[in-house]
Amino acid sequence: MISARGLRKSFGDFEAVKGIDVEVRRGEAFGFLGPNGAGKSSTMRMIAAVSPVSGGELRILGMDPAVDGPAIRARLGVCPQEDTLDNELNVFDNLYIYGRYFGIDRATCRERSEELLEFAQLTEKAKARVEDLSGGMKRRLTIARSLINRPDLLLLDEPTTGLDPQARHVLWDQLFRLKHAGVTLVITTHYMDEAEQLCDRLVVMDKGLIAAEGSPRELIAQHSTREVAELRFGVGEHDGLAERILDLGQRVEVLPDRLLVYSDDGEEVLSQVHTRGLQPLATLVRRSSLEDVFLRLTGRTLVD
Amino acid sequence: MSTLRHVPEPLSAAGAMRVITLRNYTTYKRYWKLFATGFLEPVFYLFSIGIGVGQLIDSFEFNGQQVSYAAFVAPAMLATSAFNGALLDSTYNVFFKLKYDKLYDQMLATPLTTADVARSEILWGQLRGAVYGAAFLLVMTAMGLVQSWWAVLALPAAVLIGFAFSAVCMGLTTFMKSFQDFDKITLAQLPMFLFSATFFPVSAYGDGLLRWVVEVTPLYRGVVLCRELTTGALSWASAWSVVYLVVMGLLGLLLVRRRLDTLLLT
Repeated sequence: MISARGLRKSFGDFEAVKGIDVEVRRGEAFGFLGPNGAGKSSTMRMIAAVSPVSGGELRILGMDPAVDGPAIRARLGVCPQEDTLDNELNVFDNLYIYGRYFGIDRATCRERSEELLEFAQLTEKAKARVEDLSGGMKRRLTIARSLINRPDLLLLDEPTTGLDPQARHVLWDQLFRLKHAGVTLVITTHYMDEAEQLCDRLVVMDKGLIAAEGSPRELIAQHSTREVAELRFGVGEHDGLAERILDLGQRVEVLPDRLLVYSDDGEEVLSQVHTRGLQPLATLVRRSSLEDVFLRLTGRTLVD
Repeated sequence: MSTLRHVPEPLSAAGAMRVITLRNYTTYKRYWKLFATGFLEPVFYLFSIGIGVGQLIDSFEFNGQQVSYAAFVAPAMLATSAFNGALLDSTYNVFFKLKYDKLYDQMLATPLTTADVARSEILWGQLRGAVYGAAFLLVMTAMGLVQSWWAVLALPAAVLIGFAFSAVCMGLTTFMKSFQDFDKITLAQLPMFLFSATFFPVSAYGDGLLRWVVEVTPLYRGVVLCRELTTGALSWASAWSVVYLVVMGLLGLLLVRRRLDTLLLT
């Protein structure tokens, strides 16, 4: 569906994407993971055929975006990072008129708009103004709108940023349904749990490059241990104490507020810590997650 | 990679203009009161200055024809209302859609192109302008201020004025950073409105440089074009005005498209 070779994007002197290779296959859910400024959104805009490629090769649905932009966009669904709904139209017209932009005929447009209102659980709000919708409703409407042309490829840029936990789960459920219906999903996110839940395969991007690629499970197996012991000590003590437990795990990560000890047996690490006479204020043993992979690869947590 | 599903062809230029106009019309239904004020503005000017002030002035000669002061001012009001309407639509409204509503970003995510957006937005301003123009011409006719059948062409002339200014001003709007920048537009708008031989003949400037400057400004061309058509006193100046305004509009359209490309397709 998407094939990129040495893809680059620069804005003046600044290189946002520095040569990446990506292959997205039909029917899969593919993720771009990375902190802000990693080049995810720039990549997404190139894939959406609204941003000219600065270098390398890009094919979307077998076509060249520089030549076949409109034909590519006719088969894409795009859900941008910010809800860019048409505030001067009501909820129903946001779907209906958007569909007309694709050249879809009146009757089909009306029928699909009704269906999508149902899908987005907004049927009662059909005549409401967009401004009066809650954040979650706007997001659902944006996603519903991106489906009006029955896209082969759906691009979702940070789909659940700013949503409350309940709304996120509703959305995830809807994305699973789409995937089952055969729609190829491309998702950018900086939420690790979202990537683990939704993506079959993903790439971790950092500073415009791909740092790692694989399924969430593969990435965890490759770049992290089975378990992690989290230790919280008093303020400012973490740096000093790290040296005393360096040998307890395969790796120790020092965060401002805690120490992460990577080991295949977290409970064992904890008992060793206590044996050495250290008294953490709080401890937690958990399975490794993509967050740990991310920390390992980019040296950064995702809170920025 | 091909699917069995039918995907509609991206719209033709005309089809795109139709759907974007449908969008604009749908939103506009909410603002019909605004629509009414656009019509009333030139009528008020005509009554207060053309007819009110006109009572103090004898009829005078225009291109070798005797015209009353009201018949002199009325076509200028037709031209300037097309001008004012085009400015309002292509500056504030476009700026809002571009920067705050991100409307064009939404459209460009679909098969629509920047050329579609540029053409359709300018068309919309002219559709509105045409309705105002037609209504104003009816008022002029009812008051006996139309002296020739050529006046039928004053309506397309007004639309042409609107087109030329919409295109150029929409182009300029793409360079604006904030609403404060629109002061510059107002700064150019008011003197053009007052001094483009709207309320007095261009001969008042004498024969020097000043007159020449006025005669090459676009609104003057528009005013004279409308005036020659409604009075029936046609001259070669009309042909020049038409060419002038058409070229101005096309250049503006080109600028808009280029600027939308640089701004939105980054």
